[in-house]
Amino acid sequence: MKALTAAVIGLLSVVSLSASSDARLAPRRAVLENGLVVLTSEQRALPMVTFNLLIEAGSRFENAGREGTANLAARLLTYGTRTRTATQISEALDFIGATLSAACDEETATVSLTVLKKDLQTGLELFTDVLTASTFPQAEIDRQKQSVIASIRAKQEEPGEIAQEKFREALFRDSAYGRPVEGTSESVERVDRGALLQFYEQYYRPNRAILAVVGDVSHEEILGLLQKLSRSWERRNSPSQPPPTPSPAAAAVIRVNKDLTQANILIGHDGVPRNHPDYYAIQVMNYILGGGGFSSRLMDSIRNERGLAYSVYSAFDTDKYAGSFQLAMQTKNESAGEAIRVAMEEIRKIREQGVTQEELQAAKDYLTGSFPLRFDSNRRVGAFLTQMEYFGLGLDYMERYADLIRGISREEVLRVAQSRLQPDKWIVVVVADQSKAGLNNSLDRGKGP
Amino acid sequence: MLALFPSFLYQLKIMRRAILALLIVVFWAFPARAAQVQEFVLDNGLKVLLLEDHKSPAVTFQVWYRVGSRNELDGKSGLSHFLEHMMFKGTPTTGPEQYSRIIATNGGRSNAFTSADHTVYFATMSREKIGVEIELEADRMANAILDGATFEAEKQVVMEERRLRTEDSPAAALGEVMGAVEYTVHPYRRPVIGWMGDLEKMSREDLRQHYKLYYAPNNAFIVAVGDFSTAEMLTKIKGEFGKLPRGAEAPKIKVEEPPQRGERRVTLKKEAELPFLAIDYRAPNVKDPENFSLDLLAVVLAGGRSSRLHQELVYHQRIARNVGADYGGLSLDPGMFSITAQVMPEKQTEEVEKAVDAIVERLRTEAVGDKELEKAKNQVEAAFVFGQDSVFGQAMRIGQYESVAGWRLLDQYLEGIRKVTAADLLRVAKKYLDPDQRTVGVLIPVKEKAQ
Repeated sequence: MKALTAAVIGLLSVVSLSASSDARLAPRRAVLENGLVVLTSEQRALPMVTFNLLIEAGSRFENAGREGTANLAARLLTYGTRTRTATQISEALDFIGATLSAACDEETATVSLTVLKKDLQTGLELFTDVLTASTFPQAEIDRQKQSVIASIRAKQEEPGEIAQEKFREALFRDSAYGRPVEGTSESVERVDRGALLQFYEQYYRPNRAILAVVGDVSHEEILGLLQKLSRSWERRNSPSQPPPTPSPAAAAVIRVNKDLTQANILIGHDGVPRNHPDYYAIQVMNYILGGGGFSSRLMDSIRNERGLAYSVYSAFDTDKYAGSFQLAMQTKNESAGEAIRVAMEEIRKIREQGVTQEELQAAKDYLTGSFPLRFDSNRRVGAFLTQMEYFGLGLDYMERYADLIRGISREEVLRVAQSRLQPDKWIVVVVADQSKAGLNNSLDRGKGP
Repeated sequence: MLALFPSFLYQLKIMRRAILALLIVVFWAFPARAAQVQEFVLDNGLKVLLLEDHKSPAVTFQVWYRVGSRNELDGKSGLSHFLEHMMFKGTPTTGPEQYSRIIATNGGRSNAFTSADHTVYFATMSREKIGVEIELEADRMANAILDGATFEAEKQVVMEERRLRTEDSPAAALGEVMGAVEYTVHPYRRPVIGWMGDLEKMSREDLRQHYKLYYAPNNAFIVAVGDFSTAEMLTKIKGEFGKLPRGAEAPKIKVEEPPQRGERRVTLKKEAELPFLAIDYRAPNVKDPENFSLDLLAVVLAGGRSSRLHQELVYHQRIARNVGADYGGLSLDPGMFSITAQVMPEKQTEEVEKAVDAIVERLRTEAVGDKELEKAKNQVEAAFVFGQDSVFGQAMRIGQYESVAGWRLLDQYLEGIRKVTAADLLRVAKKYLDPDQRTVGVLIPVKEKAQ
């Protein structure tokens, strides 16, 4: 009977599919009594449901000296509740083939569950349990601390990760944004059960969270099923914590020596937060500079013309309260200096001459044309819906997006190139065999207008 | 544009469990319009596999050439992958790198990859624009310019790719050496991206020859999945690809790897933080009826946190940071069943190997319990459904099966999994997880000398 219902609804949704892509997502929003914002998108094609919870419980909320608390709290969510041991939770999840994972960054933690429709009740029960009744058993804390300390070490094997860490440390000086989310081996050692319980009590609260539910379930049905979560998860108003204010970053060249064949290069400086009015102009400008994959200027000059790198790109990372600009590439040690010079030359050119009408049109065509194709899976839709709410973009964002991009002019692109690419602020990180890379500390900064 | 290096290959193999159920599940979810792969063959020998899926506005279009590093000769390793890069350098009607730009301005994303068995070009676009991709793929199947001024610079790019993916990546570097020891005569012993010395010597003439031998409609097939109508899609494909002439029959590779008599061991010393252990057992490909049992054995060993290796090595003994098990049955010739573990700081690789051995040995002597077998089957089935979430994943799945054994084998997959008994697992573990049939690889970290 259940299968038949699914089939009939499936057919109906097919009939309504002929409309635009946005109509297929048809997101709906509700706020539960405890303050939890719920977004739903009914997708009947597959018998599966995905939950994506975003919660303001990132590393910037943890206490100084105990860096790594937020990350450990997220990792430990599924390692013991009032009624289930860690092993019972993993057995229960694996038995229904569900995936439940948690992770965190500087601002937020995310908890995601994907489950077959037939196991929706079981899945939701486990999901509710870890969000409202985690107990952080001491033995599990010890295990996870050991595992995190091993991850911190393993990261040192990845030159790209090292470069990223050094860059953030130099850019967001003396602030939570400049520290690795997982903490250091020393700070992780200092995190105790009391700190974890306190963090969980204070920050894992429904009024700090957004939940997107995408899949084979209706808006009404899911709100009904969330009753238990709504009753057992109490809101708590915590004093507002303004975002960190890093000390101004100084331009710098940071070199790390490693026995590598390639130099991993990262060039960047501060950027803008997601709600900045220049956000869309920056997206267009960066697409042309180095965000556009095989179509970008950096790809052309560094990869195609000179064969200096396999991968080169630039990106504006825009978080809620802070942002950064980064240009990243890898080239054989010996050509590190040349690759940096060519990249800086491209930045000088776009700041001095802007972009052509043709480039502008190509960027707009890609950004607007590919936008609806981004939502080609339930999991992506879920992640997108939580972001849309978190950044306050509005339920009509998908309809508005194309116009926001189409409205950008060449003048605006030139203006943001000049104001948002700032050669005098460059932080240059090079992880390489320095004896072969032969760089000095005073790189040509190629100042533009 | 990439060569399938071990970790990416691993991701693809993970995907494989995930994507299969499509036919079956979509069938019951939409009984009135049973979604099925539709097969067509054009007069010039080009096979076309189409699957409608209307849940998102995306269409993915892929051209699979039946050529990869398996088709290369000693001294010419990396040729297929290099050719894949050069396929983006234009035709008489499309300039160098224009392909990617044209796809992008039409809102699409495109790329390509090469494995031991195949070379695949693909784009994901909207229904309205996918015709652009079809025209460009048909053009470069017959008219690629491979000897332009771009040759030398692109050779440097491929060498940078090799440095990035293999030379500076400890686990991948170990995988490359293991391949060279696991196979003595079979071409799988050569890395897909090629040895550096071979890349340096590669000539324009090599590329031209390879293109001429292997790029023809009768040595390729098309997979398209997404929001289109089969009739319209087929008409467009016939219009563009139908006019290309059939090529000469591509040379067949018939190398048989001689039997292995005893364990092989290999070590790699490299700057790294933590030791890494990999154990590869020789295994048949998916054409063998035991493939279902091999998939389930991988899940029992390392599928999820409650799996045997994870429970014992990561959770209880805390000697490994992570573990993995993977049955690589989607290869044209027999492949490997792999177990991997990253060793925890201050722990010994020998200790981890001993613990793995004990768990594998138990699988070979003691039947898996009913509940544990049911759990493994549930995991495989759920992962199937989740794997249908994207059109690209579905197309990959169909393409991999078609490349190795014919896509129709997919239809039998879930049924095959459901039929496996505990006695099957015991028998298959005994037969294939045999210490005499394996290669053990150990990454030994060396601390940096210069500072």
